[in-house]
Amino acid sequence: MSAPVPNRPLPPVKRRNAELVMTLMAIGLTLFAMIEAGLTRNGEMPPSLFLYGALFGGLAILAHVFIRFFAPWSDPLLLPIGTLLNGLGLAMLWRLFEATGDTSNGSAMSQLILTAASMAVFAGIIFFLKEPRILQRYPYITALSAVFLLLLPLIPGLGMTINGARQWVNLGFTSLQPSEFAKIALVIFLSGYMVSKRDVLSLAGKQVKIGRFKVLALPRMRDMAPMALMWGFCIIVLVILMNDLGTSLLLFGTFLAMIYVATHRSSWIAIGLVAFFGACALLYPFVSHFRVRMVTWLDAFNPEVYCTDQFLNDPNAFCTTSGTSQQLVKGLFALAQGGLTGAGLGGGQPGYVPEVQNDFIFTAFGEELGLTGLMVMLLALALLVERGMRIALAAKELFIKMFASGISFLIAFQTFVVIGGVTRVIPMTGATIPFVAKGGSALLSSWIMLALLMRMSNNARKPAPQSIQDEGATQVISR
Amino acid sequence: MSDLTLMLIKLVYLAVLWLFVIMAVGVIRTDLLGPSTKGKSKKPKRPAPRRSSPAPRAPRGRRNEPRTLVVTKGSLAGTSLDLTSQPIVIGRAKDCTLVISDDYASGRHARVFSDQGKWIVEDLGSTNGTYLGQQRLTHPQPISVGQPIRIGKTVLELRK
Repeated sequence: MSAPVPNRPLPPVKRRNAELVMTLMAIGLTLFAMIEAGLTRNGEMPPSLFLYGALFGGLAILAHVFIRFFAPWSDPLLLPIGTLLNGLGLAMLWRLFEATGDTSNGSAMSQLILTAASMAVFAGIIFFLKEPRILQRYPYITALSAVFLLLLPLIPGLGMTINGARQWVNLGFTSLQPSEFAKIALVIFLSGYMVSKRDVLSLAGKQVKIGRFKVLALPRMRDMAPMALMWGFCIIVLVILMNDLGTSLLLFGTFLAMIYVATHRSSWIAIGLVAFFGACALLYPFVSHFRVRMVTWLDAFNPEVYCTDQFLNDPNAFCTTSGTSQQLVKGLFALAQGGLTGAGLGGGQPGYVPEVQNDFIFTAFGEELGLTGLMVMLLALALLVERGMRIALAAKELFIKMFASGISFLIAFQTFVVIGGVTRVIPMTGATIPFVAKGGSALLSSWIMLALLMRMSNNARKPAPQSIQDEGATQVISR
Repeated sequence: MSDLTLMLIKLVYLAVLWLFVIMAVGVIRTDLLGPSTKGKSKKPKRPAPRRSSPAPRAPRGRRNEPRTLVVTKGSLAGTSLDLTSQPIVIGRAKDCTLVISDDYASGRHARVFSDQGKWIVEDLGSTNGTYLGQQRLTHPQPISVGQPIRIGKTVLELRK
């Protein structure tokens, strides 16, 4: 009939078959990775390959079928990318634990069970949350629950400190990292808040001029309250009390990005960055764990930071007491060892890096898949973020625009914080690569974010209903 | 397993990983360049049955209970609201049930409410008026499924 409606960013195509093919490929890549690791390491096919293939593949295909029925217009790339990243992480955990016969630090099987649980939550969100805009209704309750989740680990008896950061909650049978979910709650709150306050945040204020040139449009002091609150919370609670630099950086970065998206005013970013880094500089002499991190970052290759033994005096001695930078430096060595194409899955020695299954799983990929493989992982994450931003562009409601861009930025920034930390671009802070690293809370929150994006893209891409009786309406002459 | 085989497996694996990325980029290509020519030939066919199918349903719909209010034209086109017993206030004001950003709409422009199973539209004293079909509303009028209600540049209608 007529030509496609102009100014429609996404053409109304479903592309569900493309999604199926890509998902199957992601499953295939996961199993291929396990086969390669098994052959290289043990010289035989992995004995549990069929089990993993049936479970993981079945789950991903179920998710796809579910989407065909309940979100048929959603973006076709989100599920395959999520499956690929999750599957790569699963295969790497299998290679690290099951293939070496040591499952004391974790196992791929438990990660697979967590994947199943996360995918169930993913399906539940798509099924029950038909209109994400209903989340807009209760911004302050969402904000309170975010704060509550963030403060939960501070409760004595419930909170746990792992690797220096107090960000875990012990539930008896399992432990949770509530900050992973607080991030999402915060994005929901900020989207609702910014939609109602964007005019005052973006228009009120005065121009700062140097000569004839406008440099910055400064907001009024009274509009600074949300910024001040957020800043105070990130600095005082997260950095000083909980030593959770990663979450602090993530939350504050997301806040700045969302306020920029809402107001298009760069002065907010300038004010935020100055306040954050100013506070960090002020805190530097007083907060010891903060100082340790900075020294670890700037002076990583100093033998005294690397190892607390003075093993250099005796060339035959080994470093027995690891210093703070050992994990970082060994990770860098692993990346260097990997080179361009890596040692092949199962061919490297990623186990030398302490705690390699968490943040440093990136170095394990670097060592075994090389730069070529790492680039695929980064591109997959970049595509995920691109799709998210695309959803924000296609969405019609302001809240959805803010929500989708907030979640996409969160994924992008989290990736940057982890990989920047591992590759020594920024200080190491302790966050996890979305979908890839071991850990139930991180995996669950990644799948929740994916489900929200899917639902929003379904609603944004669905073509407008055609009017049943068109002849009645008066022709409106467009400008 | 010989080293050569393992090396080959490794390289094949990396190649397949890249194939995934290339295929993903191929999928999003349609965003930038529009559907390919193969898709275009299919496209005119696809919306046609969708548009024609509601037509025979419309007369039946008059007797049936409407369930949603959908926006068919204007900046919010595609939005739908579930009908409940609550009245729906449409306008530019922030506390309206359906907030439309339409230059020709008033703050509280019109109201759609249910009265003994019938849905009724009422103009709330708007500047530019509410149109039911081609007539400007002067008093509350019952509406049926598929009847276009026009507010400024926005067109709404009830759906089952």
